[in-house]
Amino acid sequence: MFLSMNWISDFVDLSGLDRRALIHNFTLSTAEVEDIIIKGEDTYGVIVAKILTVENHPNSKKLHLLKVDTGSGVVDIVCGAPNVREGMLVALATDGGAVSGHKITPATIAGYTSYGMCCSESELGISDDNSGIWDIEKDLPEGVALGTDIKDIFDIDDIIFEVDNKSLTNRPDLWGHYGIAREFATITGRELKAPDTVDLSAYDGLPTVAVDVRATDLVWRYSAIKVDNILRKTSPANMRIRLYYCGSRAINFLADLTNYVMMEEGQPMHAFDLKRVDKIEVQTFPMGTKFTTLDGEERNIDDKMLMITSGDEPVAIAGVMGGDASKIEDDTTSLLLESATFDGVSVRKTTTRLGLRTDASQRYEKMLDPELCRTATARLLALLFEYDKDATVISRFEDVYVNKYPTITLEFDRRYVDRYTGIDIPDETIVKTLRGLGFTVSQSGDSFTVTVPSWRATKDVTIKADIIEEITRIYGYDNFNVCTSSMALVPVRPETLKTDEDRMKDILVKSYRMHEVHSYIWSDSAKNAELGIDTPKNVSIINAQTPDHAHLRVSMIPTLLAFAKENRGYKPDFAIFELGHTVEGLRDDGTCLELHKLGAVLYSKTRQEESLFLECRDAVLEICEDILHKTPTFSQGDCDFDFEHPANTFDVFVDGVRVGYISVPHPSVLANIDKKCAVAFFELSTEAFAGAPAGRNAYVQPSKFPGLDIDLTFLGDVPSVRLTAVRKAAEAVSEGLLSSVSFKDIYTDDEGVSALTLRFSFVSQEKTLSKQELAPVVNAVTGELEKLGLVMKA
Amino acid sequence: MKERIEELKRSFTEKLPSLTDKESLEAVRIAYLGKKGYIAELMKGLRDVSDKKTAGQLINDLKNEIEGALGARDEELASAAIEAQIRSAKKYNPTLIPERELGSYHPITLATREVEAVFERMGFTIENYAEIVGDYECFEALNIPKHHPARDMQDTYYLDNGQLLKTHTSAAQNSIMKKYGAPLRAIFPGRCFRNESTDACHENTFFQMEGMMIDENISISNLIYFMKTMLSEVFNRDVKVRLRPGFFPFVEPGFELDINCEICGGDGCPSCKNSGWLELCPCGMIHPAVLREGGIDTEKYTGFAFGLGLTRLAMMKYGVKDIRDFNSGSLKSLSQFKSI
Repeated sequence: MFLSMNWISDFVDLSGLDRRALIHNFTLSTAEVEDIIIKGEDTYGVIVAKILTVENHPNSKKLHLLKVDTGSGVVDIVCGAPNVREGMLVALATDGGAVSGHKITPATIAGYTSYGMCCSESELGISDDNSGIWDIEKDLPEGVALGTDIKDIFDIDDIIFEVDNKSLTNRPDLWGHYGIAREFATITGRELKAPDTVDLSAYDGLPTVAVDVRATDLVWRYSAIKVDNILRKTSPANMRIRLYYCGSRAINFLADLTNYVMMEEGQPMHAFDLKRVDKIEVQTFPMGTKFTTLDGEERNIDDKMLMITSGDEPVAIAGVMGGDASKIEDDTTSLLLESATFDGVSVRKTTTRLGLRTDASQRYEKMLDPELCRTATARLLALLFEYDKDATVISRFEDVYVNKYPTITLEFDRRYVDRYTGIDIPDETIVKTLRGLGFTVSQSGDSFTVTVPSWRATKDVTIKADIIEEITRIYGYDNFNVCTSSMALVPVRPETLKTDEDRMKDILVKSYRMHEVHSYIWSDSAKNAELGIDTPKNVSIINAQTPDHAHLRVSMIPTLLAFAKENRGYKPDFAIFELGHTVEGLRDDGTCLELHKLGAVLYSKTRQEESLFLECRDAVLEICEDILHKTPTFSQGDCDFDFEHPANTFDVFVDGVRVGYISVPHPSVLANIDKKCAVAFFELSTEAFAGAPAGRNAYVQPSKFPGLDIDLTFLGDVPSVRLTAVRKAAEAVSEGLLSSVSFKDIYTDDEGVSALTLRFSFVSQEKTLSKQELAPVVNAVTGELEKLGLVMKA
Repeated sequence: MKERIEELKRSFTEKLPSLTDKESLEAVRIAYLGKKGYIAELMKGLRDVSDKKTAGQLINDLKNEIEGALGARDEELASAAIEAQIRSAKKYNPTLIPERELGSYHPITLATREVEAVFERMGFTIENYAEIVGDYECFEALNIPKHHPARDMQDTYYLDNGQLLKTHTSAAQNSIMKKYGAPLRAIFPGRCFRNESTDACHENTFFQMEGMMIDENISISNLIYFMKTMLSEVFNRDVKVRLRPGFFPFVEPGFELDINCEICGGDGCPSCKNSGWLELCPCGMIHPAVLREGGIDTEKYTGFAFGLGLTRLAMMKYGVKDIRDFNSGSLKSLSQFKSI
C-alpha cells in the first residue's frame, strides 16, 4: 500500500518534523516501510501560462509554433501536442526548470528555437495521461495569475511511502490514511484531527431506501443513501494526484470519490447508478448464477458467494466488485451509495474461488470495523458537496446493523506491565499512548481499565497482552534496557535420537566418505517408474502439486537410487546418504506411523558389487559398535521392496531386534540405473537405535602370555557361511581359549570350488599355548564345524 | 726389524686408497691386525731384537697408525654409502594429490549444528519432532483460528488421513510444553512444508528452528537480550538487533527481528535493500492462549519464542543463490560442504 505524507498531514500537523525520520519510526512502531518515493523533487520551474497564438510548423505536420504568455513576457515554444489551441492555459516548464528530472533549456526543434515545454500530466508525473498537454484551466482555482508556480496550486510535492500489505493483515484500521495518521499522531505526540463530515441525522426525515439483508450470517452492517443531481464529471486535480501517487487511477468523479474515501477511511464504498439500482437485497444464490463484473468478465457465482441484488437481479459481488450493468457511466447523475461491512472470511473465500482480489476485498478480509460505515458515508458526502455544490441527498441514511461486535474492556495493573516488559514504563506514558491510539483509559492506583476502540476490537485487541504490544511498540523497542533472565541453571539432557543421528552422520561422512543429501518426504512415482520401481500405495497428500508426488515415502532408498543415477556423471565412485522420515501406513488411532530412517546408497564403476555390499556391512557394523557398543548380526531376509535383490538381502539385528537391512539392487532396477556399474545400499531405523539399550565398554585384561593363531581352510557352501555361527560353534568346544575368529581368504579354483580360510586365535590367561596342547581343541572345533557343513580341506 | 716395519708401513699406505668397500677393508684389517697378521708377526719377531723397547714402541706406533687409518677409512666409507643412498633416493612429489574425495555434510546439517552448539552452550535442550502432525498441533494449539488463511489448502499439504505436513516448527511448541512443563529452555530444528511452487527463492520443503524460553518473569527485555546474544554467537560478531511489530497469532506482542547488515555495516546496500537491516527471524512473547493450551500457568509464567529459517541462514552463510540446490541431490553442489 502506498501512503501519502500530504494526505496524512490533513489529519496530523507534522510541521517542523523530519519526515524521513518519522517514516523510520513508523517502521519501528507500526509496520515496515519498504520504500520511500519523493514526488515532485525533480520537477521545478513549471508555471501557469497562456497560449496566445498557434501556428503550424512549416516543415512538420505534428509540430506547432506557439507564442506563450508567461505573465512576465511572451516566449516562443515549439510543441508537438495535438490538443494545443489559442487561449489555452497550460503548465509551462520554463528555461532553467525541470520536468521529472529532464532539464529545460532553449532547444532548436526542426529549425525553430523553443524556450520551454508545455507539459502533459504524464510528463509531470501526476497521471498516466499522455494524450496531450494538460489543459489546466478547469483545474485552476479562480484568480490565479499567469506565471504562478504550479506547485503553489497543486500538491505535486509529496513523500510517498510503501508498506507491505502483509504487515497490515492484523490491522484493519491501517488500511486508510486516517488510521495511519492516528499512528503518526501517537508516535509524535501530536493531535489527531477528525476529517470533515456531514451530519447524517439531518436526512432522517427523507424517504427510506429499501434494503433487505437476507444472509444475516455474512453481513455485519449494510447502509445505503441516495444522492441526486451530481453534475461534476472530473475530480479535482489534487484528488487525482493523490489517487495516482497512491497507486490508483482517476476514472471519473464518482468512482474517484469512492476510492478516495476508501483510501482515506479504509472503508470500501460502492456507487450504483440509481437509474439501475434503487433497492437492495443481500443474499446468496443457492443454485449459483452467472454475473458480469464491471471489468467485463463473466463470473460463475456459486451458492456460497454473497451477492448484492436489486429486485433479485445481481448487481454486485458483495465486498469484491460491482456489476457491469449498474456501474457509473458518464451520464450518471444520481446514485445509490453503499457503505457496508461483510464477513471477512466469506469475502476471502469468494475471492479465492473467483481468483479475483480487489482493493475492497483486501480490506474486508481484514475484518473491518462496522462503525466505519457511517463515518465513511458522512465523509464522502462532505467531499461531494465540497466539489459539487448542487448535489442533493434524496433519502435518509438507511442503516441495517445486523451484527455488532461487543465492546471490549480490559483490566491490568502495573505489575503485569512490569513483568511483561522487564523495564519501568511510566504511568503517564501508558495512559498517553493508549489514549492516543483511541483507547479510553481510567486509572485507579496501580490498576488500569481500558476500553478498546471499535476499529481495533474486531479481532486485533482482545486480551491484556495485546495492550502490552500497544504500549511497548510506541515506547520503542530500541529504548528498552535489555537484561538476561535469572533462570535457574539445570543440566540439559540430550535427546538420544538426535545425538545418535548426528553420530551416524559423522561416521558415514568421516569413515566412509559419503555425501549427505536431502530429498522429499513423498515418493516420486515418475522417477520410480524410470527405475522400474513400483510406488507403494501409502498415506497420500490430497493437494499434492502433481499426482506423482502424492504418496508419502515408505523407504529412503528409491530417492537415493534416483539420485545415484542422476549423479553418475559426477565421479566413478561415490556414496550418498539421507537421514529422514518415512511413513509406514497408519497406527491404530489413524495417525501416520512416522519413522526416522537412515538410507545409504553406494555407487561404483570401478568396484565389484560384493565389495560395495561389504562396505555397507562395515558401515552398519561401525554404527552399531559406535552407538550401541554392540555387534550386529546379519541373516538373510525376505525382500520388503521390489528394488531389493532376492538373493542378497540381509536383515540386521541387534540383540534380537531388527534395525534394518543391507541389500543390492534387483537386476532389473540396476539395469535402469546404469549399464556398467555396481550399487549396494542399506537402510536403518534410527528409532530402533534410540530404543536399544546401549552397551558398555567391557574391559578384558589382555593375557600376559602370547597367543596362537591357527589358520584353517574349509570346503563347503562358502557363500552361506555365517561367521557368527562359526564363532558360536567353535567357542562352545574351545574350553575358553578361543579369543576370535576372523576371515582370511576365499579361494575359488578353476572348477569353481571355493575354499574358505579362517583364522582362529587362541590365548590362555595361564600359560603359553603350544600347538600340541591345542590340538585336541582344534580337532573339536573342526568336528563342530563339520556339522555346519564346513569340511577341512585335505 | 726396522726395515720390516717401514716396509709394512709403506705397503699399507699404498693399499689404503684402493680400499673402497667394507670387504676389502676387513681383509686388510685381518692381514695387518689379525691374530696371524703382520703386526702379530712383528711382535713375535721382537724376541730376536736387542733394543726391545724402541722396536716395541715402533710396532705399537705402526699398529695405532693402521688402526686409526682403517677406522677413518671405515667412517668415510659409511658416510659415502649414506650419501650415495641419499643421492639415489626416490624423489617424492606431494603436489600430485590423487583424487580421493572426502565425504560431505548437507549444508543444512552444518548450519544447524553451528546454531545448536550456541544454544547448547546456553543450556537449551535440543528436541526432535515429527514432520507429520495434526491440525491441533499446527494450528489450534497455536491460537490460529479455524478460518485463518494459513490453514487454506494453498499453503498446507493435507493428508488423506486428516493429518498434515507441518508448516512451521512452531507445531512442536505444544508437545514440548507438555513434555517438559515450565520452566523450559528448548530449541527444535525441523523440516517444514508449504504447498507452493518452487523457484530460486521458494521451496515446498525447508528447515526452520524454533526456540522457546519459559519461566517466571520472562520479559521483552530478556527476549531482546537473548536474541542479541544468540545471534552474535551464531554470526560470530557483535550484531545489532532491532525489533519491529510483527503479527503471528501465537505470540503477543509479536516482532520481526532485524539484524544490521554485515555486508554494508548498516549503511545500506543491495543485499539489505538499502535499509541497512536484514529481516532475520520472527519472535515474540508466547501468547497466553498458547501457554494455557500447553498446560502452563499463565499467571505464573511468561515466555518468548522465536523461529529461525535454517534454510535461509544456510543460504546466507554459504552464498547459495538457488534454494532448490538443497534438495537436488546433486553432488556437484552438495559435496562442497566438508565440515563446519
